[in-house]
Amino acid sequence: MSTEVASDKTQTTENPVRYKVIGTRPVRHDGADKVTGKAIYTDDMQLPNMAFGAFVRSPHAHARIVSIDTTEAEQMPGVLATCTSADLPDPWDKVEDLGEGCVNYAHLSGNVLARRKALYKGHAIAAVVATDSHLAEEAARRIKVEYEPLPATMWVLDAMREDAPLLHDDLITHTLGDKPAQPSNIADHIRFEKGCVEEGFAAADVVIEREFKTASVHQGYIEPHVSIAMWNEDGRLKIWTATQGSFVVRQQMAALLKIPVSQITVVPCEIGGGFGGKISVYEQPVAAVLSRKCGRPVKIVMRRDEVFEATGPTPGSFMRVKLGATKDGKLVAGEAWLAYDAGAFPGGVIGPGCMCVFSCYDLPHASVDGFDVVLNKPKTQAYRAPGSTHVAFAVETIIDELAGQLEIDPIEFRLNNAAREGTRRVDGPVYPRIGLVECLDAIRDSDHWKSTLTGPNRGRGIACGFWFNAGLKSSVAANVNADGTVNLIEGSTDIGGTRTSIAMQLAETLGITAEDVIPQVADTDSVGFTDVTGGSRVTFSTGLAAYHAGLDIQRQMVARASQIWECDPDSITVTDGIYKGNSQSLSFRELAAKVDSIGEPIVGRAAVNPQGSTNAFGVHLVDLEVDPDTGKVTILRYTACQDAGKAIHPSYVEGQMQGGAVQGIGWALNEEYFYDSNGHMRNASFLDYRMPTCYDLPMIETIIVEVPNPDHPFGVRGVGEVPIVPPPAAIANGIFNAVGQRLFELPMSPPLVWRAINDQQPGE
Amino acid sequence: MMKSREHTAKVKTHVTTTINGEVIEFLCLPRQSLLEILRDELSLTGCKEGCNNGNCGACTVMLNGLPVDSCLVLAVEAEGATIETVEGIAQQGQLHPVQQCFLEGAALQCGVCTPGFIVTAKALLDRNPQPTEKEIRFDLAGNLCRCTGYDKIVRAVQSVAESQQSS
Repeated sequence: MSTEVASDKTQTTENPVRYKVIGTRPVRHDGADKVTGKAIYTDDMQLPNMAFGAFVRSPHAHARIVSIDTTEAEQMPGVLATCTSADLPDPWDKVEDLGEGCVNYAHLSGNVLARRKALYKGHAIAAVVATDSHLAEEAARRIKVEYEPLPATMWVLDAMREDAPLLHDDLITHTLGDKPAQPSNIADHIRFEKGCVEEGFAAADVVIEREFKTASVHQGYIEPHVSIAMWNEDGRLKIWTATQGSFVVRQQMAALLKIPVSQITVVPCEIGGGFGGKISVYEQPVAAVLSRKCGRPVKIVMRRDEVFEATGPTPGSFMRVKLGATKDGKLVAGEAWLAYDAGAFPGGVIGPGCMCVFSCYDLPHASVDGFDVVLNKPKTQAYRAPGSTHVAFAVETIIDELAGQLEIDPIEFRLNNAAREGTRRVDGPVYPRIGLVECLDAIRDSDHWKSTLTGPNRGRGIACGFWFNAGLKSSVAANVNADGTVNLIEGSTDIGGTRTSIAMQLAETLGITAEDVIPQVADTDSVGFTDVTGGSRVTFSTGLAAYHAGLDIQRQMVARASQIWECDPDSITVTDGIYKGNSQSLSFRELAAKVDSIGEPIVGRAAVNPQGSTNAFGVHLVDLEVDPDTGKVTILRYTACQDAGKAIHPSYVEGQMQGGAVQGIGWALNEEYFYDSNGHMRNASFLDYRMPTCYDLPMIETIIVEVPNPDHPFGVRGVGEVPIVPPPAAIANGIFNAVGQRLFELPMSPPLVWRAINDQQPGE
Repeated sequence: MMKSREHTAKVKTHVTTTINGEVIEFLCLPRQSLLEILRDELSLTGCKEGCNNGNCGACTVMLNGLPVDSCLVLAVEAEGATIETVEGIAQQGQLHPVQQCFLEGAALQCGVCTPGFIVTAKALLDRNPQPTEKEIRFDLAGNLCRCTGYDKIVRAVQSVAESQQSS
């Protein structure tokens, strides 16, 4: 069943191809399960004889662990076992790519259960398993941990100082130059250069340099982290979990527990949001160890405060960015100095931050210095276009300021300098065909841009954003049924409707309907290796696998038709699922019925590993109003425009754009980890860490631009991540146009905005 | 004194309720929330636990005709109550119009908040069949969704109202 949604627009460039399935809006295959409450998420599962685990977490932001005494807890009736980091094998110092960032297993093991030191408040110290969850929580309180508190460091620039408290006394900065002799909290120094910045700035008529600060924010998925582990007496370990990547959970479990991947099965249940935060393991290895110790399946569900205090934030940052332009509006040089916090262990998202900072513009001269800095916050994780939103806030603010000083229309200024096919990014790659110019054009042509905004304290803002989008490994199998339907088995956990976007690509290839494909997400024993649901890659890469599996089926169907019709397979044509040869013709459905009765089943398969980026660009436009009495910013109208390459299911493309935009609005206006002087997060609940509700928002209008990706048979680029990138900058530019004040800090919460307007501290 | 309080805390209370039209009896401890009983004892796992302190709305059920966060209701308080959960909304093999409009309007992504939104939206439409956009946004503000940006959820509720007006 298809429906048309009004008000949303799609603009296709370059000889649009006509498709039968792609571009329609079928009801998603798992939809009925999800609107009736029947869909099974991990916490909905109960296994026979299941026990429940709970964590003991550090009350200090930084402390030496002097001793852990589990005796009293273990003596409680109903308590089955306890565990600490001593129960995990000695980790190896090995780095592996998990698809949306690398992991060092020594660090990961130390994050799962602290060794020697607690590095942030909420760091897991020990765990206990009991016959019911309340008892496990009570027992956790009876585990006695003696700490020696240490000074904590909570802000990235403080952590970089020579006299800062050290988190890891063996951390030597990784840098292209000489290795420092002394350890520090700076894990990595990245440097990119293009042209000669001194020369570039010398040619500039206007140069603007600004400093920016952003707070840590959380992905905010509604489903907490949850796992069930069953470690059997034969050594086989089975895990049901909420994850973006069942195979990367298997990979991490094997490395942390030092068992072969073949001993582990990971069953991906339905997942209640992830946004990059459900790739790393947290509770899974602990549930496994507790299961081995007590001989029963063990479930661990995190509380919401544990989710905030011990998982996923994306970094707080400090950025100094300088841009120069000539008076005729040409950018000539850019310089960026970026410090992102990585949380308690090295390996944050500074790398992509450095690559994205000037990604929207053709800059002849640029240099970027980036620093990965550890401090006493939870280990940062990917969050939707990780690292890109920070730098877009900085660059797009300065771009707006330059356009204003040069008295050039902000869209015109961006168009003058926009990255195009052939533009070389500061980190090296040269863009193939991309769609930033088309997005800017589409915004300029939109009703929203053409409308007039009037009224006091109201302003309009615009900003661009970029995200790479990944390829990576995907595998699918597809079984043809006698009734002409096809069962599609894939390994990409479905976090937002990708069962359907993948099934639609198989259906299009075979000339059948979306409803004729029955997609299923399989466990790690039942499908070939598939990388994470992340990097905006699933509809692109797993979709590509589905396309190739479709071609594989078609080849087999043609071969069988040639046997039935006694003709040369090369003489058979296939158009829209109709097979023709030797003056005969059969539909896919009819042929499927025939081959079923006369020979071996038809099974299509494909595995792909596309490399490189598919390059997503977006441009957002916002109208807002600032309340001068409170500093509160209200979004009046919002339009998100994006190059999707090809929108397979336009409703879910729009959904990604709208959801990403609103996460960006939350980041811009409200969300932050609010720390006290002891390094304790004071707002670890959904009440106090305030994410946008629907009452805070207008409709989010969408314009899908389609500049086909030359590296995908249907032109797909991937859409999930880039929409979070532009909002903070667009809103900051809107606030400037409303009240004449530039803001250089996130979140632009009411006190910050009020101070900017009134140029004084509240209460003064 | 301590001992007797601990003893009381471990004695289960017998509760009789009507859930989705069926008389259901259960035993619960004083500490257990209605959410915990619905999910863990009665296997009505459609209501979800997102925060367990009344901030996300994923556990919304109807209690005596009003939408409530079932994590904030003690199970013992449900004595004599009439409860409706998401499992009771589709009737006689037919999805409710709210469910149908969520599907057709792609008003869900990960789906974990969806049961709470369906229950809240149905409660709104039962009380106010033709809500304005502002009324929809006000009534749904107790339900958090992190995936959709709410646009398609609000539109889905509007389309239920429109279809009910035209029918």
